Amino acid sequence: MHEAAMRPGDDVILSVQDLAVHFPIGGSLLGHGQRLLRAVDGVDLELKRGECLGLVGESGCGKSTVALSLLGLLTPTRGRIVMDGQPVSGKQSGDRKALARIVQMVFQDPYASLNPRQTVRRTLEDPLRLHGVTARSEIEGRLEAMLKHVGLRPEQAGRYPHEFSGGQRQRIGIARALILNPKIVICDEPVSALDVSIRAQIINLLLELKETLGLSYIMISHDLGVVEHMSDRVAVMYLGRIVETGGWREIFERPAHPYTRTLIAAIPDPLRRAPLATTKGELPNPLNPPDGCAFAPRCRHAEAVCQRAPVPSLETRPDGHAVRCWRADDIAGEAFADAALT
Amino acid sequence: MTTAPLIEVEDLRIDLDGRSSRVAAVEDVSFRIERGETFGLVGESGCGKSITALALIGLLRRPLSVASGAIRFEGREIQSLSAAEQRDLRGDRIAMIFQEPMTALNPVSPVGRQIAEMFVLHKGKSWREANQLAVEALASVRVPAPERRVNDYPHQLSGGMRQRVMIAIALACGPDLLIADEPTTALDVTVQAEIIELMRNLCAERGTAILMISHDLGLVANVCRRVAVMYAGRIVEQRGSDEIFRACAHPYTQGLVDSLPRLGTRAAHGRSRLREIAGVVPAIADFPSGCRFNPRCAQATEICRTTAPETTWLDAGGLVRCHHHA
Repeated sequence: MHEAAMRPGDDVILSVQDLAVHFPIGGSLLGHGQRLLRAVDGVDLELKRGECLGLVGESGCGKSTVALSLLGLLTPTRGRIVMDGQPVSGKQSGDRKALARIVQMVFQDPYASLNPRQTVRRTLEDPLRLHGVTARSEIEGRLEAMLKHVGLRPEQAGRYPHEFSGGQRQRIGIARALILNPKIVICDEPVSALDVSIRAQIINLLLELKETLGLSYIMISHDLGVVEHMSDRVAVMYLGRIVETGGWREIFERPAHPYTRTLIAAIPDPLRRAPLATTKGELPNPLNPPDGCAFAPRCRHAEAVCQRAPVPSLETRPDGHAVRCWRADDIAGEAFADAALT
Repeated sequence: MTTAPLIEVEDLRIDLDGRSSRVAAVEDVSFRIERGETFGLVGESGCGKSITALALIGLLRRPLSVASGAIRFEGREIQSLSAAEQRDLRGDRIAMIFQEPMTALNPVSPVGRQIAEMFVLHKGKSWREANQLAVEALASVRVPAPERRVNDYPHQLSGGMRQRVMIAIALACGPDLLIADEPTTALDVTVQAEIIELMRNLCAERGTAILMISHDLGLVANVCRRVAVMYAGRIVEQRGSDEIFRACAHPYTQGLVDSLPRLGTRAAHGRSRLREIAGVVPAIADFPSGCRFNPRCAQATEICRTTAPETTWLDAGGLVRCHHHA
């Protein structure tokens, strides 16, 4: 654990140690010929109170599997998750209800994630009732306060999802996630299904709510602009493992892993017409991962050492910036801007 | 013939037939694309960019139809062509790639056959010759081991590989215009970068013009030389891609640029609240009168609410439709 994590008052609300989620694929009834898909393979994460941790990576890298494990919707193969002081992995993970009061999720698609046959009131009331809030006046009070928090009017509570625009629906999705006063909110691509002109409204709202309600976020997104804007720290995942993690400034200004550099330089910007960085090929098949560093087959810095086992370890520097790359020191001197232009 | 632009759209209006009413989904849309040029149409969902593209290749179907205006391909009006003539044009001279290659490709036909079909239908080749050409076409979009991959079905390929197959089909006959409707929206950014480079290089080599449709300002600015921004069925600003997002003339374009959390902004200027565009994108049936952006525009005055702005030609080139343009 690095220095920053040990400052008093800087307490950790979520800690994940060596999380692994493996899925058996195919094989006969008796399991012969079965193969193992290592969707998440040894992930350590730490979220401090009031912090926003960005989790980025391409589809298939395991970021959503991490999220589902944190919500107790998937049982991890191994690892330890401690949330607000309570261990939630292993045998205890059965208690979804207790977990629901600590961690909630805002989903990507506000069209698919709201029940079209339930009014907003019903969508927000049900969790309260399930968790023992039955007094009419308390339900009304919390409902009204929550709608105001997310920028909706209390009189809109009787309406159905189809009566709202995409941005308003996402506000309802956020209200649903927050109604039980969770401490941690996992935002899984919260704006990517929204119109471009609406995204800023939702990003601003999420940041405001984080301050006023004292929330901690895990922000999953492929939009690095959104991640840079919202995150305090960032973890970059590749094929089930974290390949780089650090403060937002380290990750975006001084990215050390070739994969992180490629990701950042592949984003087109409306005001800079630089050529986009490209890599060779696509994410390897997770059923048949390459030996050694998983990014080596696509990496322009790869050498013989990278293609042999073992997998490089995540080396943490004194400032908390950690990188999983055999050649991190060799390429550190190479200015990032140059790397972006290749 | 040689002086006519490759494609010219003039005062295009596309109507949407409702049960009781008829509304204009696209109105007063004019632009031209020269041979080998790259042109982008940007806008949010429902702004009419995709149906404009469908009109270009004669694929609008009820309840949508071209109500007025002209679309000319090399000077010939597409609306006046017979269905058979339109079919000859489609795929051969004008080709299109779609957002989701899994739904655009035929799931029960090997990809090689889907490429070969182009040569059989448009170039009169035998299946034997066409199959050979399909292998070459797959090789040209840099699919590894093309002679084996031609036998694969779409579900056996990754998203990026499927989009390469789409590009191979689209470019098979050497079209003059490639319409790319959100070609990389379903792909990861690293794969997007590869597909964009591939598309751009192949089109540049062959002199194929590109009409790119996207909601991603960065992507359009990167690929296209000229860009038109659409809002609620109208083009609000149309200029060179070097200027349009840097010195926006229309408040909507400016609003879009300001609302984006652009990479590097926080490091350079610290984190400030993103500028929001108030309100929502109107539905087709609820397009406001006057300037359609007026209910969301901070600069709107009385005239914006009553009168639709005319086209203003900018000194620096390009056009804007705003009563109070910058």
